[in-house]
Amino acid sequence: MKPSRPYQAFRAVALTLVVFALMAPLLWMITASFKTNVDIYDTAKAFVFSPTLKNYDTVLQQANYVQFIGNSLWVAFAATVLSLILGVPAAYSMSRFNMKKSALVVLMARVIPGVSLLVPWYYVFSNLKLVGGFSVLILSHMFVSLPLIVYIMMGYFDGLPTELEEAALVDGLTHIGAFRRITLPLSVPGVATAGILSFIFSWNNFMFALVLAGADTKTLPVAIFDFVGYASIDWGGLMAAATVVTLPIMVIALFVQKYVVSGLTAGATKG
Amino acid sequence: MSAVSTPLTRSPEASPAPSRDSAWSRWANEHRKWLFAAPAMAFVAVLIIFPVAWTGYLSLTDAEGSVRAESEFIGFQNYLDVLTDTDRFWPAVLRTIAFTGVVLLFEVVLGMAIALLLWRPFRGEKWVRVAILLPLVATPVAVGMMWRLIFDPNIGMANQLLGWIGIGPQPWLSGQHSALPTTMFIDIWQWTPMVVLILLAGLTSLSDEPQEAARIDGASTWQRFRHVTLPLLMPTVIVAILLRGIDALKTFDILYATKGRGGGSFHEVETLNVYAYGLSFDYNDYGVSSTVLIIFFLIIIGVMWALTYRKKGLER
Repeated sequence: MKPSRPYQAFRAVALTLVVFALMAPLLWMITASFKTNVDIYDTAKAFVFSPTLKNYDTVLQQANYVQFIGNSLWVAFAATVLSLILGVPAAYSMSRFNMKKSALVVLMARVIPGVSLLVPWYYVFSNLKLVGGFSVLILSHMFVSLPLIVYIMMGYFDGLPTELEEAALVDGLTHIGAFRRITLPLSVPGVATAGILSFIFSWNNFMFALVLAGADTKTLPVAIFDFVGYASIDWGGLMAAATVVTLPIMVIALFVQKYVVSGLTAGATKG
Repeated sequence: MSAVSTPLTRSPEASPAPSRDSAWSRWANEHRKWLFAAPAMAFVAVLIIFPVAWTGYLSLTDAEGSVRAESEFIGFQNYLDVLTDTDRFWPAVLRTIAFTGVVLLFEVVLGMAIALLLWRPFRGEKWVRVAILLPLVATPVAVGMMWRLIFDPNIGMANQLLGWIGIGPQPWLSGQHSALPTTMFIDIWQWTPMVVLILLAGLTSLSDEPQEAARIDGASTWQRFRHVTLPLLMPTVIVAILLRGIDALKTFDILYATKGRGGGSFHEVETLNVYAYGLSFDYNDYGVSSTVLIIFFLIIIGVMWALTYRKKGLER
């Protein structure tokens, strides 16, 4: 049955409001990043102002953001790749052998409050002279990525029929050979979903880097705070910095929207 | 890869070479279950079990100042101190519960409403989906900063908008009583889309037949939602509450971004997670912070257990 006319009109109005409520703040942030601080303080110039790139110059040139962008990229990339190497086979085993309790161990990493891990980690890693280096940051971000990847991939493998693997076994492949040559190539969409989600969550992670990163290795979410002083805030610079952090991840998410949505809703409709 | 396109034909590269049939290969295949699963589990276990055990131990000591400093075993003294602390601990517990309860309520109700609006296809659907995706992939710290500008009492857009409809300026994040509700609003803005996506996935997977049957029996739209759609969707609703609940209890980024250390000068938005972070890294009071963390952890586990239990009951 087609929805009735009044309902269609109501839906159009309601959804327009929803879209406006979700988009307007983001657009406002981007707008403010093109304003001088004088214009930001002048409420008469809320919408009419002469745009400037000065804030982006501050962020990218003086505040050293090019380096922090590199740090964020490297940490998110390395944590994602390493977590995929560990997580995809583990998820396969847990799915095929129905290892519910083992899966729970990995998923505990998602539940535990990060602060309770940071004190012991900080102690051990500072004894090993690793705090402030990339290796600890990547290790801590793997803690975000790995449970996510195992969770998404378990759901994916659960939904993958076993017939092709069995046929490969009949054809003389070993179990591991069947996984490598049959199952893995079939799982590319699942691995892409898990990898993209892991990258986004690692990029956005704040608390681990806040404690474990050094001045040269800090990631973008930590670097934002460079623009928040005790006495005053450089609003233009802050909004440009916030835009530099969020815009790339939003653009990536739009291009791979299908994967992001399937990753975020993985496991929501069953077991 | 040829092995994929023609999986049932025996290609030369798909047949195992004799050399691969070594002792190692046989062993690996026999033990593949643990060979695959063990590295990931070991990684998580080493990085979790050791810290949790240590947190448990520290909570029984008076460790303070430096983790390397001498500390004394004081039994359950910290637990006594913390559980009788009505100055910082209990207010933090109440804030955590209030924050989680309020954001979950709004996110689930709004999320359900938006998901129902999006359920049936319509023109322009693509744009709505884009708008829904953007907030939840945005970096939470940056989102906090963005709202900090909008809610600034002097130059923020929020007060300007209120001014246009004749309402006086509000203190928002800088008010002692308005700060926590304002951070709740930010959380609801960012994470309602997550609930929409989960519920929409649930709705899409529902079969049309019960709906049709109820319609033929003359059920109204509300009756169909209340007695057909909602019961069928309930397991998905609980998944959404579970996933959002765990993260809401642990909210840190937007609170730290908007109010800084200690949840503001009056600890207006100091939840358990923010309190534990402050005890650990601002005051270096490791014994007490570990005690708070253990209690916090037990609360999270308890909530999760209750929800999973409820979900199993529904599925039976």
